Amino acid sequence: MAEEIRAMAAAAHGSPVGERPAGGDRPSGGDRPSGGGDRSDRGERRPPRPGGPGGREGGRKYFRRKKVCKFCVEKIEAINYKDVRLLAQFVAESGKIVPRRLTGVCTPHQRRLSAAIKQARNIALLPFAGRAS
Amino acid sequence: MNRTYELMFIVRPDMVEEEQDKLISTLETAVTSSGGNVKSVEKMGKRRLAYMVRRFHDGIYVLLTVEGGGGLIHELERRLRVTEPVIKFITVRIDEEQKRLDKIKAIRDARRKTPPAPPTTPAPTAEAGGETPAATA
Repeated sequence: MAEEIRAMAAAAHGSPVGERPAGGDRPSGGDRPSGGGDRSDRGERRPPRPGGPGGREGGRKYFRRKKVCKFCVEKIEAINYKDVRLLAQFVAESGKIVPRRLTGVCTPHQRRLSAAIKQARNIALLPFAGRAS
Repeated sequence: MNRTYELMFIVRPDMVEEEQDKLISTLETAVTSSGGNVKSVEKMGKRRLAYMVRRFHDGIYVLLTVEGGGGLIHELERRLRVTEPVIKFITVRIDEEQKRLDKIKAIRDARRKTPPAPPTTPAPTAEAGGETPAATA
């Protein structure tokens, strides 16, 4: 029963959902355009709203911000192993390097970042595992 | 073939100031005798280590910037390895990175000087599009 309702809802939203990618919605992280209909119960996904392709930020209540590369935005070019403050932002509590898909760092910068973090680990500026004692 | 290296090493936390200076000066003489030169010496002071190294939780960090070839680095690393109070060290070549940074800086400066008149109607997008390749280069 629930399946049917969902299917109907998806069908009802069919056309606007189909149009969305053209409206510039793709870069905002919505990589499954058709999934918007049946995932509305989660809240953080986009609600079932036939928002036109023009309404980028205004129309939706729960707008998931597009992740941007911190290094590109702030124009930080020097990713140095000595800069522990900077590197620590990209290291999880467990000591792991946080993946790109979570932080939004672009590929070239993530490459430099991970190299710098590994150097910092070698000289005991950052932990290999666990938090800095 | 002159390269620039950064030599960071950690000495045990109970090492007194004079001994540190002595160690640093011996390293400096080793550098100059092998035909390199020391650009800067920085004592970064005592810091908490991120993990235990040789049963120490703290260490005194020293940063040395030297110019010279690979043989010099080989010699310096050998010395650090046999020096008992040194608990950890790392050598990083920095000249290429510095060159890259200078290049980016030059590009940015040039762009900053020229822009007053350019026909950039879609300014933010054009800026973003132009900036990213520069960052990757």
